[in-house]
Amino acid sequence: MIEVQNITKRYGHHTAIDRVTFSVAKGEVLAFLGPNGAGKTTTMRILTCFMPATEGTVRVAGFDCADQPIEVKRRIGYLPETPPVYQELTVTEYLTFVGRLRGMGGRNLTSALDQSIGRLELGSVRHRLIGNLSRGYRQRVGLAQALLHDPPVLILDEPTIGLDPKQIIEIRELIKSLAGSHSVILSTHILPEATAVCQRVVIISAGRIVAEDSPEQLSARLRQSEKISLTLKTPSAACEAKLHEIPGILNIFPGEGTGTFLIECALGRDLRDEIARVAVSNHWGLLELRTVSMTLEDVFLRLTRHEDGLPQQVDGAAAIPREDAQAAQEAAP
Amino acid sequence: MTPVQAVIAKELRGYFVSPIVYVVGTVFLLIFGFLSYLYVVFAGAQAIQLMQMQGGPAQINLNDLVFRNLFASMRFVLLIILPILTMRLFAEERKLRTFEFLMTSPIGIHEIVIGKFVSILLIYLGLLGITGLVPTVLMLFSDFDWNPILTGYLGMALLGALFLAVGLFASALTENQIVAAFVGFGILLTFWLISGLGALLGDTAAGRIISYVSFMEHYDRLVRGLIDTSDLVYFCSGLILMLFLTHRVVESTRWK
Repeated sequence: MIEVQNITKRYGHHTAIDRVTFSVAKGEVLAFLGPNGAGKTTTMRILTCFMPATEGTVRVAGFDCADQPIEVKRRIGYLPETPPVYQELTVTEYLTFVGRLRGMGGRNLTSALDQSIGRLELGSVRHRLIGNLSRGYRQRVGLAQALLHDPPVLILDEPTIGLDPKQIIEIRELIKSLAGSHSVILSTHILPEATAVCQRVVIISAGRIVAEDSPEQLSARLRQSEKISLTLKTPSAACEAKLHEIPGILNIFPGEGTGTFLIECALGRDLRDEIARVAVSNHWGLLELRTVSMTLEDVFLRLTRHEDGLPQQVDGAAAIPREDAQAAQEAAP
Repeated sequence: MTPVQAVIAKELRGYFVSPIVYVVGTVFLLIFGFLSYLYVVFAGAQAIQLMQMQGGPAQINLNDLVFRNLFASMRFVLLIILPILTMRLFAEERKLRTFEFLMTSPIGIHEIVIGKFVSILLIYLGLLGITGLVPTVLMLFSDFDWNPILTGYLGMALLGALFLAVGLFASALTENQIVAAFVGFGILLTFWLISGLGALLGDTAAGRIISYVSFMEHYDRLVRGLIDTSDLVYFCSGLILMLFLTHRVVESTRWK
């Protein structure tokens, strides 16, 4: 549905994005992650035909952004970082204006209006001036605007910013419900959001894509060791020494709270049953034993940490370049 | 409703819920009314003088004494007031970040520019229509030739349209409304003042070109009741040029 081929955007000598390539299939939800200034908004602006790329091509629903921008714009629902609302209009007036700009009219527009107002629960404020609405409502009006013409492609720049926790969950559910029928690109700083709603994640740093995969695959790929958290009721000084006797354990760190240890084991080995046996036979009072998986936060930080302005490469199984990483993973037992 | 009509409707709505049209419109009408009053009183005083000199009823020409002066004075009023009306058109969109939304809507830049221009032109023509009360009321008490008044109104409409296009252009340059108003005012003042330079240079090639570029002589001919095709061409081409430049400025923001 969206094909981005080698796009580069330069502002004078500054390269905002550098040879970015990715694609989004029909019905897929893709998260676009990156630190501030990584080039997320620039990429989204190019995708929505707001600005042209210096090099490279973007095709949305089969139309080229450079040659047929109007056709592309017709098929995109875009929510920029700041909800693009006119404060002097009421919610209904605003959405009517948006619909007319997109060539809708008559019964078609009325039903689309009712549907998007219903979807975002704006019914109670539909006749109020947008200028008098709270940040959360404005954000929802912005989303209603993006969804109004039921576009096949949705580009959402931080859609849940400014919403309360209940609304965040509702909007996430809404985005999830759009998957399958719509292609969605979602930029976010809230990493659990990406894990919650997206099938695939693109991490961009300093204008380059540093990783692209599902959140689970990414954390699996970047994991260098298995980590196990162990909590004991009556830890003794001999605990660490005893645990070290178990083959495969690399390191033991004190965890958060008393009696908690973070045990690092060799990659690919699950030592939980052996640790449990040792703990029980020594009467340490086993309270908790669980594997600690790498969160998307860890992945993100690892990939976007900078040294000398370049994204840090992480060991042999680094995500850069992606093809290599994939090959390494496939080769691994 | 086409996208252009949607833009016009939205802009009109935006103008009428903000105080700007009411404030600027009131000031415009007050100045127009006050100037009319002044010139009528002045004409009356002249009539009394004439009567005393001639010893009988005096015939005074309202066209010359009232309307020509009135229309000539309105140049300066329009020059100050119209950039204030247009300053929000693009500057506000940029400030409130709705500009990006407009530019990613399936509508051409020319449609946005035309929609915005037509909306403010309609408001201006509405205000101009209200000022028609002055000659209508004067008609009840005196006798004058309507033709120079109609060409004068045509002149005010054309001059106003040109000023509005300049104001729209200035608004596209910046996201600060005050800056937009001052830039518009500055451009218009420059085109006013160069007419003095043109007069100074006299009947030389440079003088003629400068005089042609300034709106003064074109407007003055219309106020005097002369409809010359070259003046109409001047206003129309100036208008189209300014709208075209606005289009280019808006387009160029995509590249920045």
